[in-house]
Amino acid sequence: MALVTINEKKYEIDVDPDMPLLWAIRDAVGLTGTKYGCGKGLCGACTVLVDGKPVRSCLTSVATVNGSQITTIEGVHNENKVLQEVWQEIDVPQCGYCQSGQILSAVALLKENSKPTDEDIDGAMNGNICRCGTYHRIRKAIHKTAAIMNSKTE
Amino acid sequence: MHKIQLVTRRNFIKSIGLASGGLIIACSIPASKEEETKLKSFNGTTFEPNLFIQLKDNGELILLASRSEMGNGVRTSLTSVIADEMDADWSLVSVKQATGDTKFMDQNTDGSRSIRYLFEPMRVMGATARAMLISGAAAKWGVDASTLTTAKHYVIDPETNKKLFYGDLVKEASEVPVPENPTLKEAKDFNYIGTNLKSIDGKDFTSGKPKYGMDIKMEGMLFAAVARCPVTFGTVKNYDKSATLKIDGVKDVIELPRVAKPFGPLGGVVVIATNTWAAFKGKEALNVEWDYGTNEQYTSASYNEMILENVKKKGKEVRSDGNVNSAFKNAEHIVESTYQLPHLVHAPMEVPNATAWVHDGKCDVWAPVQDPQTTRSEVVSYLETNEENVTINVTFLGGGFGRKSKPDFVLEAVAISKKVNAPIQVVWTREDDIQHSYYHAVSAQYMKGALDKDGRVTGWLHRVAYPSITSTFAPDTGYGAGFEFSQGLSNMPYQIENVRCENAKAPAHVRIGWLRSVYNIIQGFSVNVFVDELAAKTKKDPLQFRLDMLSKDVVIEDPSGYHFESSKLKNVLSLAAKNANYGKDLPQGHGLGIACHYSFFSYVASVVEVSVIDNALKVHNIHSVIDCGTAVNTNTITAQMEGAAIFGLSLAYYGKITAKGGVIEQSNFHDYQMLRISNAPNINVEIVKSNSKPTGVGEPGVPVIAPALINAIYNATGKRYRSLPLTDEGLV
Repeated sequence: MALVTINEKKYEIDVDPDMPLLWAIRDAVGLTGTKYGCGKGLCGACTVLVDGKPVRSCLTSVATVNGSQITTIEGVHNENKVLQEVWQEIDVPQCGYCQSGQILSAVALLKENSKPTDEDIDGAMNGNICRCGTYHRIRKAIHKTAAIMNSKTE
Repeated sequence: MHKIQLVTRRNFIKSIGLASGGLIIACSIPASKEEETKLKSFNGTTFEPNLFIQLKDNGELILLASRSEMGNGVRTSLTSVIADEMDADWSLVSVKQATGDTKFMDQNTDGSRSIRYLFEPMRVMGATARAMLISGAAAKWGVDASTLTTAKHYVIDPETNKKLFYGDLVKEASEVPVPENPTLKEAKDFNYIGTNLKSIDGKDFTSGKPKYGMDIKMEGMLFAAVARCPVTFGTVKNYDKSATLKIDGVKDVIELPRVAKPFGPLGGVVVIATNTWAAFKGKEALNVEWDYGTNEQYTSASYNEMILENVKKKGKEVRSDGNVNSAFKNAEHIVESTYQLPHLVHAPMEVPNATAWVHDGKCDVWAPVQDPQTTRSEVVSYLETNEENVTINVTFLGGGFGRKSKPDFVLEAVAISKKVNAPIQVVWTREDDIQHSYYHAVSAQYMKGALDKDGRVTGWLHRVAYPSITSTFAPDTGYGAGFEFSQGLSNMPYQIENVRCENAKAPAHVRIGWLRSVYNIIQGFSVNVFVDELAAKTKKDPLQFRLDMLSKDVVIEDPSGYHFESSKLKNVLSLAAKNANYGKDLPQGHGLGIACHYSFFSYVASVVEVSVIDNALKVHNIHSVIDCGTAVNTNTITAQMEGAAIFGLSLAYYGKITAKGGVIEQSNFHDYQMLRISNAPNINVEIVKSNSKPTGVGEPGVPVIAPALINAIYNATGKRYRSLPLTDEGLV
């Protein structure tokens, strides 16, 4: 039994403690925005925030997140609504499948670094594969989000 | 109303419907189908002039997307065409996804032809609704319909300035006859067509809402993972399921026989569980003894040598103009090269998966399929039932690239559901996806060119060997088919007097299928690299060399009605060069490379800028130009061209599937790598303004990228690479 908060809602997850968080979120909790891509932490499609940090949920067992605060794509508006809106405005997604992971990695980057350079973006986003090839727009969207957020705080 | 359907030269190709050459467009529609697209009875609140349009009395407009959404933006582009002709307010539009049904015209989302096939029919759908709304308003006002006009969800009487909201006309519009030939707009009056319209699903995409195949959940549903033989078409000898059955959540282990059809399940041992993870774990714990069968002989290293030998010998004639032998005899210079490209796999981010429930004589499917009609007919055939008993619900597709037009994974779910009598969700692991696909063909090519003393190309010999897609559908002859040759071999664009194209033998040992751009990847590569090699031999600039070989403005007619115009290819070449500032001074170690290709009836040229410093390759910029006729959605076209550039770089950098003893050696993203953001260049896209009929967008951007990259590396380093991927060369 793991007690977790997902998107500000409390859950008691009664599954095999070895079950990866990805499958617990999808099959037990029923939130399907978090995606399976590789099962080996190679593609980033399953990225969620655990206590604010980006984590590959396909490699993270339920037992290790007991007591944690988890944010999935369904709760991303609580974390960074600006980024979500910029993502729509630039129309980043193509098929959309990897975008949950891309968005959560980007949210985590902007938490740590309010003015990321291209190199910073490469560093933070290199674990997230997009087969459709939306990288160009992802980069643009992160820069634009940073600019809007900075203009608001200045 | 016309139905546009495919008529192919060879019947067995019909079901796979490849887009390129060899296909003829015919217009016909059976009477019964025509009835179905016409007026349905009025239910009191909704106007439904045809199957694609539902207008509610509150003004809400629900438009049907008949093609699959896999990143191609088709839910937005197709429906925007209807909305435009209808003069609808886009903010009141929502999109409903069609199930697989022949009444929706051809739904095969493949071959870069959704817009090409459906642009005119969707215009007619919208124009029909608009004409009926006008007639309804005319009846209400008691005026002549021809005096009325429309704008943004209103019928307007310009005389009186009176307006009627579309939603307030649902009853009246439903009572007028369906017009036979509604007037279509002139291009200058388009509101949405030709604009930069964002995806109608953008909000959902950024909040985790769209339902992809695996996101379907239902009461009593069980999850299945399938252990398939590591060698294509091998079979189960026996298996030990005891360790699997001990895993918490595993319910059962059953055997699934192969169905020996093009899209039949491969068969294997199935683990049924209460969640995906237990099914995956249970599969890993199985101990299966396989009979590998004849494909165990397939080892890429020796096979690739064999097909390379085959292209060095005379092959079957595909095209012959003039006399290449005398051209070679009289040549000032001869250039010869061989090119080798490996198998590729689609690897969409969403693995193959399907949910099926066979119950009470019916079968309901939810799956990410590119071709829901073929999926339906395959399920009907498997269950030996009738079409009306089978419903194919099309989910969002997490990428397709051709993989998801082969519904073998759906048939697995159907077969298992039937056997266990419960709703079943089959999910492939990434390893399953990489190791049991329908692979893009491995290839070897030989090219020989003759140059005269002025550096003009007088002879061109191009010999190809690759396993054919037809081997998946019919007994393998070892030779290719016309629709494969017409993807850049037999229709290479240059004006040369003596041309000979030949096909050498290459049998198939895995399932061969189509992958984004198909054989254009192979032939677009060799032709573009070889042209650069010829240019280098003559010390001419590769751009000018190409333009010289396209000097005459010729039109090569095609039975499809889409004719090749050499001037359009020249135009995209010149524009790409201009946008890239081709000829500019470059820093040491930098180089520009150019390539052009005509595929899916569209013209594309790209210029790639690289640097190679200390043997490390970096792609800085890509400038791509496309002429795809009428541009329906410039945002989508730009996105597809951006994505095509990344797809092309991915295959050039890393793409390689190999077999050893019949077993695919790659298994996941660590050894079948994808380009990542740190290697993604700046990409600039220009769309040529055109009033021609719309042509392909999803695929034509891919074939130019790898050869332009190779040519750029040559210009940066003086070294010519003739095989891919570059990771084998230590450059990436």
